Amino acid sequence: MSDYNFAYLDEQTKRMIRRALLKAIAVPGYQVPFASREMPMPYGWGTGGVQVTASTLVPEDVLKVIDQGADDTTNAVSIRRFFEVTAGVETTTEVPVATLIQTRHRVPETPLTEGQIIVYQVPIPEPLRFLEPRETETRKMHSLGEYGLMHVKLYEDIARHGEIATTYAYPARVSSGYVMDPSPIPKFDNPKLDHSPAIQLFGAGREQRIYALPPWTSVQSLDFEDHPFDPSRADGECALCGSKDSYLDEVITDDAGGRMFICSDTDYCARRSEGAA
Amino acid sequence: MYVAVKGGEKAIDEAHAWLAHERRGDPATPVLDTAQIREQLTLSCYRVMAEGSLYDLDLAALAIKQARGDLIEAIFLIRAYRTTLPRFGVSAPIDTSAMLCLRRISATFKDAPGGQLLGPTFDYTHRLLDFTLLANGEAPLKRDERDSLAKGMASQSAEPLARVSDILGNDALLQAEPTGDEAPGDLTREPLEFPADRALRLQSLSRADEGFALSLAYSTQRGYGRNHPFIGELRVGVVEVSMEIPELGFSVVIGEMTVTECETVNQFVGSRKQPAQFTRGYGLTFGHTERKAIAMALLDRALRWEELGEDNVGAPAQDAEFVLSHADNIQATGFLEHIKLPHYVDFQSELELVRRLRAEAGQ
Repeated sequence: MSDYNFAYLDEQTKRMIRRALLKAIAVPGYQVPFASREMPMPYGWGTGGVQVTASTLVPEDVLKVIDQGADDTTNAVSIRRFFEVTAGVETTTEVPVATLIQTRHRVPETPLTEGQIIVYQVPIPEPLRFLEPRETETRKMHSLGEYGLMHVKLYEDIARHGEIATTYAYPARVSSGYVMDPSPIPKFDNPKLDHSPAIQLFGAGREQRIYALPPWTSVQSLDFEDHPFDPSRADGECALCGSKDSYLDEVITDDAGGRMFICSDTDYCARRSEGAA
Repeated sequence: MYVAVKGGEKAIDEAHAWLAHERRGDPATPVLDTAQIREQLTLSCYRVMAEGSLYDLDLAALAIKQARGDLIEAIFLIRAYRTTLPRFGVSAPIDTSAMLCLRRISATFKDAPGGQLLGPTFDYTHRLLDFTLLANGEAPLKRDERDSLAKGMASQSAEPLARVSDILGNDALLQAEPTGDEAPGDLTREPLEFPADRALRLQSLSRADEGFALSLAYSTQRGYGRNHPFIGELRVGVVEVSMEIPELGFSVVIGEMTVTECETVNQFVGSRKQPAQFTRGYGLTFGHTERKAIAMALLDRALRWEELGEDNVGAPAQDAEFVLSHADNIQATGFLEHIKLPHYVDFQSELELVRRLRAEAGQ
């Protein structure tokens, strides 16, 4: 792969993305437009995350890639391989060893530490998109801090269902005042964003937006005093490692309604199982 | 039991091997040569070049072969390649007035200086399957057909043809387009933001999905933002591409390319400030891609409602943010198809919610 630069992107593109990242870090939660490139994987597969990772990687990095919490899902395998080939960096499945983690739809159960970077793949960076489809409008709403529409939506959920019916991509307010989309992680993971010691970067390739949370940033999930935020999870324990605190996936085991729960975070589950053995 | 979520790596390898096998098809049939695709499926290559935004027939043919004939997949291959290429500079604007036309028609005038030049068009063919082709036969041209074709092809390379729009423009019947030297934006290097100026809109439309552009343009004809278009001129032919070389201090021709240009002439009733005048829509695409160029011109005109002081009737084709945000088939197909990727974490959280709500409703 010597035909391509380290981590695929050319240095000018990386510089453009790094400038967007610096701006994003400086204004937490603000969506910075950037000139997203076509990548060799399709839009929707994590091109934003891949571009952020490519621009952030250095040869000394140890990379972990997860999708749905797992290191061995097809897309995680594919992206990890992409960087093994184009950047030649060391890869790992273990959170404590990784210096850079790219993720789709989950935050690892193992707490992140200072010096780590986590890159989220984001499909729709705009938390207001499904309330207002126009970018010209939503940008105005952000600049005015005009989030009434969002609160009305959450209120209507409560009025209709007795609770807020958003279970993933649950909007959160950043200390800067911006409301952000935490990417489609389950709301169970939202509290992990708050005051995380790691640098959190969000890349949306197709929508050409980057945003970020510097370490130790306050990130509060939107709620009401009388309806406080509730990070729900499946009621049960992991059939493999017995964890009662991790986020669980439901696996259908037969065609007669049989099912079991297992940790969605495969690294967490495997290391717990090993530790117990 | 855990196997269901393991083995991604092996599955990917096996899938790729199978794909390669399927692409080759029955080994008893001869391998498809990219030169055959270039020469015999040229219009596919043109579409891939136009929407891939890269003028290279051979690479387009390769992409089509590699993509098993899936043109959007081929366009994607070209885009992903294009984005890795270094930029040496910007060419001078091409001069389509100096085009050596293969085809040039005007629907607004019976005749124009230089005449109507049909060129290689499907327009008046009868769409009857030619079973000779099925038997891999080619009916040879008759001698007089061959002679007259040779004569016609020789004459096309003769003189540049005057533009119909210039003839109309001379009488101020057709609104003049603003001229200027300012460098246009580049939506492949800068994120597209709204409102987008006309140059950016045209860039976006030029690489837009043909089907999307076609359907939206069609919607304007059916009344959703109607703008009464006539084909003032449609020309297909070869233009020179030149570039100013700073070290030399003058322009050098670096190549030629085939492009399709469409200028529509549209009614404009005029306003209190302006007498009635015709206005234009403009389409320019790589290769011989006239359906796309015409659609582009109609959409361009529809998107100009604001600068021309027309009413926004709420038609989709008038809404620049709507049109430009959804015109790119690589973005569209990516996001559409990504729902094939695992979403079980999100689905699990929805499942919990629905179960809880149903349980509460049951109480």
